[in-house]
Amino acid sequence: MAENYIYTIVKKESLANSIYLMDVKAPRVAKNCFPGQFVIVKMDEKGERIPLTICDYDREAETVTIVFQALGSSTKLMATFEEGEAFRDFTGPLGHKSELIDMPREELSKKKILFVAGGVGAAPVYPQVKWMKENGYSVDCIIGARNKELIILEDRMKPLADNLYITTDDGSYGFHGNVNDCIKDLVNNQGKQYDLVIAIGPMIMMKFVCILTKELGIQTIVSMNPVMVDGTGMCGACRLTIGNEVKFACVDGPEFDGHLVNFDEAMKRVQMYKSEEGKVVLREKEGPTHHHPGCECHDEPVK
Amino acid sequence: MDVLKKVPVREQDPKVRATNFNEVCYGYNQEEAMEEASRCIQCKNAKCITGCPVSIDIPAFIKEIKEGNPEQAFKVIGKYSALPAVCGRVCPQESQCEELCIRGIKGEPVSIGKLERFAADWARENNIKPEPPMIKNGRKVAVIGAGPAGLTCAGDLAKMGYDVTIFEALHEPGGVLVYGIPEFRLPKETVVKTEIDNVRALGVTIETNVVIGKSITIDELMDEENFEAIFIGSGAGLPKFMGIPGENANGVFSANEYLTRSNLMKAFDESYDTPIIAGKKVAVVGGGNVAMDAARTALRLGAQVYIVYRRGEAELPARVEEVHHAKEEGIIFKLLTNPKEILVNDNGWVSGMRCVEMELGEPDESGRRKPAEKQGSEFVLEVDTVIMSLGTSPNPLISSTTKGLNTNKYKCIIADEETGMTSREGVFAGGDAVTGAATVILAMGAGKAAAAGIDKYLQSK
Ligand SMILES: Cc1cc2nc3c(=O)[nH]c(=O)nc-3n(C[C@H](O)[C@H](O)[C@H](O)COP(=O)(O)OP(=O)(O)OC[C@H]3O[C@@H](n4cnc5c(N)ncnc54)[C@H](O)[C@@H]3O)c2cc1C
Ligand SMILES: Cc1cc2nc3c(=O)[nH]c(=O)nc-3n(C[C@H](O)[C@H](O)[C@H](O)COP(=O)(O)OP(=O)(O)OC[C@H]3O[C@@H](n4cnc5c(N)ncnc54)[C@H](O)[C@@H]3O)c2cc1C
Ligand code: SF4
Ligand code: SF4
Ligand code: FES
Repeated sequence: MAENYIYTIVKKESLANSIYLMDVKAPRVAKNCFPGQFVIVKMDEKGERIPLTICDYDREAETVTIVFQALGSSTKLMATFEEGEAFRDFTGPLGHKSELIDMPREELSKKKILFVAGGVGAAPVYPQVKWMKENGYSVDCIIGARNKELIILEDRMKPLADNLYITTDDGSYGFHGNVNDCIKDLVNNQGKQYDLVIAIGPMIMMKFVCILTKELGIQTIVSMNPVMVDGTGMCGACRLTIGNEVKFACVDGPEFDGHLVNFDEAMKRVQMYKSEEGKVVLREKEGPTHHHPGCECHDEPVK
Repeated sequence: MDVLKKVPVREQDPKVRATNFNEVCYGYNQEEAMEEASRCIQCKNAKCITGCPVSIDIPAFIKEIKEGNPEQAFKVIGKYSALPAVCGRVCPQESQCEELCIRGIKGEPVSIGKLERFAADWARENNIKPEPPMIKNGRKVAVIGAGPAGLTCAGDLAKMGYDVTIFEALHEPGGVLVYGIPEFRLPKETVVKTEIDNVRALGVTIETNVVIGKSITIDELMDEENFEAIFIGSGAGLPKFMGIPGENANGVFSANEYLTRSNLMKAFDESYDTPIIAGKKVAVVGGGNVAMDAARTALRLGAQVYIVYRRGEAELPARVEEVHHAKEEGIIFKLLTNPKEILVNDNGWVSGMRCVEMELGEPDESGRRKPAEKQGSEFVLEVDTVIMSLGTSPNPLISSTTKGLNTNKYKCIIADEETGMTSREGVFAGGDAVTGAATVILAMGAGKAAAAGIDKYLQSK
């Protein structure tokens, strides 16, 4: 019904080839959201409910910033929305805020933190880094992508992170290698020490970061992006195995202790629905040969 | 006409309906309704009324139908219920109003539900709307959840003159009526939408996309947005799983997910973007109404469907009518069967379900016969999709973010049955959030009681 069309896009920006940023007017979300949380966007009557991380918010302007990569049918359609147009539905904030936010000051100020962002994962990392800076903590940050083209939010992140490292798989910009190569370089060659890594990006990237940080003995938090429907705990589509327990990412997460996440299962589950032109249908059941649809950035070679 | 029997109701042929999502039951036309209405003997001390959780004056509305005044009949029902077209379709009448009908002692009871449905459908087709209240008292009440409990509570309060806003987490109001109960039992566009619009016509505002406990808390609603009282009708909550190996494989769904994709997100309709995995061979685990709905949905999406239930036919918790419909349509019942493990192929997809046969032992203290595994009876059921329909446990979103709101050991909100009052001042609750998964009409009854409770509380404040 027309009365619902109130979530106006007040700003649209292209960050890279097929990666977009939008500021959306959503007063209730903007008022109560925190870094780490997400929203669900439904573009029109017949659209899907698409979960997207909150990338920034302006409590006064009552806007929430989202960043997405136009890859599947829904996100491609979303990319066609222009400033002044509106989404039919925009629900949130959902999920828990980053645990850093409620951590006692003493504890947090002692921690040496490294944020690791892969591809579109720079979007959810950004508000956390910003929050840390605004609250007087200094952190390091790696942004990695397949190539220079796909590095996003570098300008915004630069003034916020103590040290910002850029890395590309093909070496077209910054450090040559994937984010794991970059972490290894910092720890092994540059004498860096970290107590906590927060890694957000494609599941395959988070998986390999966790394998590495486990070896290095660094506690690691990841943000999971499984398939969701309602985002309020009602359907169970988003369930993950964390340690020996089944958890619902939308209400128990989306952030979890990365060393407890069963990534192989999660990566298979996220392949469950794949797009086909027009109506999205399930196709082959040939296994995880595709990238995670939403935040594909680069494959971490298995080393 | 045989006065001992109900006037039969026309239904879609099972073979045809197994392939479409159109409504199974056509309902009475005016002639049939008048004939059925004439079976009611207008008892002075009408027992049927005591069987209805919202105490509809049943003989009064049936009399109007009999005399050819469906509009009047709709108005009589409207005094008690905001959702008659819904209840006439999904109430378990056989264990409520109709169970106590005097006609049922010798022969079949009056078809109260189908008559109620007729009056409501007639009103919709003839565009009859309930009248908005004349006086407004300007006092603000918030209702959480736009399911049957919330809609009823809101409608009743609006009629009393309150300024009511419903906050709904999803993008459509209706609760289980829109996301759970399938189209072929309860048409959404026509029936559900119209009745929700009727609640709006009473002056109720429905704000969708607001998750209480996340977008805003109950404390903030009271302190910052000046709501003087709150009704929580947030429903039954999180789906349960069995905890058996393979349950997170691709192709295993909760009934909630499967039904939400099909109903709320309209996956069955080609013009919507929602994906759904129809499955070729589907096992639905469970024996309640929800299981029947999931099974019949999968069937319509083209699958061969099994119901796997660990007790026997007599113990199936689903309504008899639903079991009957499911069988007619070709659902295969694997009773006294329990899943042990879901088999998974190399790509992470379901490849079968290992089950064991069960036998019923002696009745325990509660009178229920406990099922026990039959030694050596394990077998593999060849399926590619499994739908778990094992019930729900309460969603902690609201209780964990509201100060002083007490819950019981099952984590359901504790509320007084007569007034809906909770341990927190000014906060009332009812429906599935309080009782655990129950029925539409019980949720409506609770919403109604709470509306009266809220009125009394605010009058005395
Ligand atoms: C908590 C959370 C935060 C997210 N944040 C971001 C973000 O900030 N930026 C971004 O670009 N992406 C994000 N994603 C992923 C994004 O929601 C999906 O990529 C998107 O739904 C895929 O839609 P599509 O139709 O374009 O892709 P398609 O390739 O067409 O996907 C096919 C189908 O798969 C299903 N699907 C696949 N992956 C997902 C998924 N992760 N969630 C829901 N459904 C899925 C959908 O039903 C979809 O129709 C996030 C996901 C989650 C759960
Ligand atoms: C598949 C299925 C079939 C059924 N069949 C029948 C039947 O044939 N007959 C029958 O009588 N009963 C049936 N039932 C049961 C019946 O539907 C429920 O008992 C009834 O809907 C409960 O009403 P309610 O208002 O308490 O909750 P719900 O209908 O669950 O509504 C709760 C609403 O609250 C919203 N909500 C939840 N949390 C929040 C929050 N934090 N903030 C804002 N909103 C929130 C939800 O999104 C939802 O819309 C069936 C149930 C299911 C699932
Ligand atoms: S609301 Fe339900 S219980 Fe009450 S009269 Fe109607 S069908 Fe019977
Ligand atoms: S008990 Fe049966 S016959 Fe008597 S008033 Fe009710 S519906 Fe009519
Ligand atoms: S998305 Fe439905 S329970 Fe998490």
